[in-house]
Amino acid sequence: MSETSASDEILTTADGKPLKEALAKAQFFAKRRAFILVLPLLAFILLTFVMPIGQMLHRSVKNEGFTVHTDVTTGVRTPIMTELSIWFDQNPSGTVPDEAAYTALRNDIGALDELRSAGSAGTRINYLRAGSRSLFTKAARKWDKMEAPYQDAFYDLDDEWADATLWAAMRQASSSYTFDFYLAAMDYTRDGDGSVTKVNENRQVYIKLFVRTLFLSLLITFMTFILAYPIAHLLATLPLRHSNILMILVLLPFWTSLLVRTTSWMVLLQSQGVVNDAMVGVGILADESRLQMMYNQTGTVIAMTHILLPFMVLPLYSVMRPINPSYVRAARSLGATSWTAFRRIYFPQTVPGIGAGALLVFILAVGYYITPALVGGADGQLISNLIAFHMQKSLNWSLAAALASLLLGGILLLYWLYDRLVGIDNLKLG
Amino acid sequence: MKLRTALMATVFTSAAFAANAQEVTVMSWGGAYTKSQVEAYHKPFTAQTGIKVNSVDADNPAAPLKAQVEAGNVSIDVADVEFSDAIRLCDEGLLEEIDPSILTDAPDGTSAADDFIDGAINDCSVGNIVWTTLIAYDTNVFSDNAPSTMADFFDTETYPGKRGMRKSPKAMLEMALMGDGVPASEVYDLLETEEGIDQAFAKLDSIKDDIVWWEAGAQPPQLLADGEVAMTIVWNGRIFNAIASEGQPFALIWDGQIYDLDLFVVPKGAPNKDEAMEFIKFATSTGPLAEQASWIPYGPARVSSIARVGTFHNDDSIDMGEHMPTAPANLTNALQNDFEFWADMDSELSERFNAWLAN
Repeated sequence: MSETSASDEILTTADGKPLKEALAKAQFFAKRRAFILVLPLLAFILLTFVMPIGQMLHRSVKNEGFTVHTDVTTGVRTPIMTELSIWFDQNPSGTVPDEAAYTALRNDIGALDELRSAGSAGTRINYLRAGSRSLFTKAARKWDKMEAPYQDAFYDLDDEWADATLWAAMRQASSSYTFDFYLAAMDYTRDGDGSVTKVNENRQVYIKLFVRTLFLSLLITFMTFILAYPIAHLLATLPLRHSNILMILVLLPFWTSLLVRTTSWMVLLQSQGVVNDAMVGVGILADESRLQMMYNQTGTVIAMTHILLPFMVLPLYSVMRPINPSYVRAARSLGATSWTAFRRIYFPQTVPGIGAGALLVFILAVGYYITPALVGGADGQLISNLIAFHMQKSLNWSLAAALASLLLGGILLLYWLYDRLVGIDNLKLG
Repeated sequence: MKLRTALMATVFTSAAFAANAQEVTVMSWGGAYTKSQVEAYHKPFTAQTGIKVNSVDADNPAAPLKAQVEAGNVSIDVADVEFSDAIRLCDEGLLEEIDPSILTDAPDGTSAADDFIDGAINDCSVGNIVWTTLIAYDTNVFSDNAPSTMADFFDTETYPGKRGMRKSPKAMLEMALMGDGVPASEVYDLLETEEGIDQAFAKLDSIKDDIVWWEAGAQPPQLLADGEVAMTIVWNGRIFNAIASEGQPFALIWDGQIYDLDLFVVPKGAPNKDEAMEFIKFATSTGPLAEQASWIPYGPARVSSIARVGTFHNDDSIDMGEHMPTAPANLTNALQNDFEFWADMDSELSERFNAWLAN
């Protein structure tokens, strides 16, 4: 009876407010307090994670090398190549450049020379068409001595100014936004008429490195699994005081600097290193047939497997520890062989740990950079080494950003696949 | 009155502090080379002017310099870069111009413009040394049959063993052509053509499996000392240091050496531009340049300093003059690095070099 009356009347609190409102209000305060507590973390993530990634994605499609000159000391932005971009707007793609185009080009290069940005504008064109940079720096040195007709003046300077691919590249670059860096990151380029083609075979490198990165990361993940499973099992089944000592042995390298561990592997594996010396010493190897285990893929795989091993051991250990040993004993007492008991009873219970460990190791391996740089030689390099090359040496940041975005996209895709196949809920990190 | 004195004292102390706080950050290549600069330039400069010199190192200072200027966050004031990079960075507007009138004249009155060697004074850079890239080998490995030419470096049949090379197309492609029998004088003409580049890569390809790649200048002497390589491409100063100071059993092959200038530049937006100019003026004067050559065999970039080059700083029996890249005996088959070629071709050849490495 009281139930029916309660559903008809609005419930109120002692001071007469509707209960729903009072609850919502109380919850609002609690939520706001909780939000204020996580605010530092949110700000931190926005500042150090979301923003840089956003900037990176933006840089991969935007390059102002041929459109705006920014003075590095004052920050003043001056549009460049303005006359030429007007000519590009007025004439459709594929138009043969006429005297008006060359006049615009000459005036724009004059402006470049005064801003001292012929080198950077030329570099932007060089990304699209190799060998173009010098055309701009040379023209910038001589523009004021050129005389009309400018078409001939440019031809006198260098025949390449007549090249259709050069004009196509300038048309491409005359807009700040472009997908060309993604094309370059997948070993494609544009022809003179703007159509997309594969780059010359002796310049193809990125797809090969993406595939190699994927393959080596899977291999390393598999190796860590093979090595970590028995260790984790041992750790989980030994009495606590023994397993604690073993655990320290697992964690000790984990606490050691990455560089120290990598260089130790160099000492061990180089051809005059400890491992080779020992094998020569006991007579397994002849002195002249020492194994090359460093500065190649073998070096990368060995060093990375060791460095990433704890990331596999720890999740495995955390799922193995709580497994009740009586399950396997029960299976055995019901007639299962030790293999069947392992396969049907023990192993399935450890799958969430395998999933977590594999995902951790794989994702870390895909982005690894220092170790392959030091021990990878030529064929043990991963895509991250090329990203670092473009960040630090060639300074083609747009291409580095495009490569990094492709890598990020690839990992997200794999993560999605993993979620569909295995289910992310089945992960157990500890 | 007392208050006033106190105030004055405060003002003077802070002024003194400000004067003490004067500093300049110089970026160089590390190892024995930076050491020679610290001894010959930094210490006397601080002693004379009171300006503190912070020394920082990079594998190649041109790369962090460009990155810093483009990111608008410049922390270095002076950088030591290769000729082609000095020209390229200047073309790209990333360097401050250096007024040649600040450079000091030689003690005998010769003007700076006449005293510096060709190419050492440019819009944005002033040369300090001439250095070279050449072959060094372990004398213990080749005790019976010592290699003597660039062709021997690429001949792993007669001279078995791993080879160390710099992970960069610069100088490696030239050496590949010289190793293939191209005379030094024709190397760059050939490299301008697609066939020449193919020929260079084909030569590198012939020993690819035997190459150990290095990136920092301190690595090749280490690779040789560890026995990781039997022969390596190396910068002459680094290897000289390993031989003279550490007594390592290494020998040099001057055939096919590729010499180049190193120059001081000031990045645009350098925080201590005035001190940077002061530093360059001091370091490139006759005395310090000659002094630097007593620490490492890199030839000074001015004539008046070359005349003053003496012996190794802690061993009077070593005459530094004959270890210089520019010593006549070392120049019989030598190549001067073509800065214009590399300023223009560096990025495209690097691209092809990376692709070749990965394949």
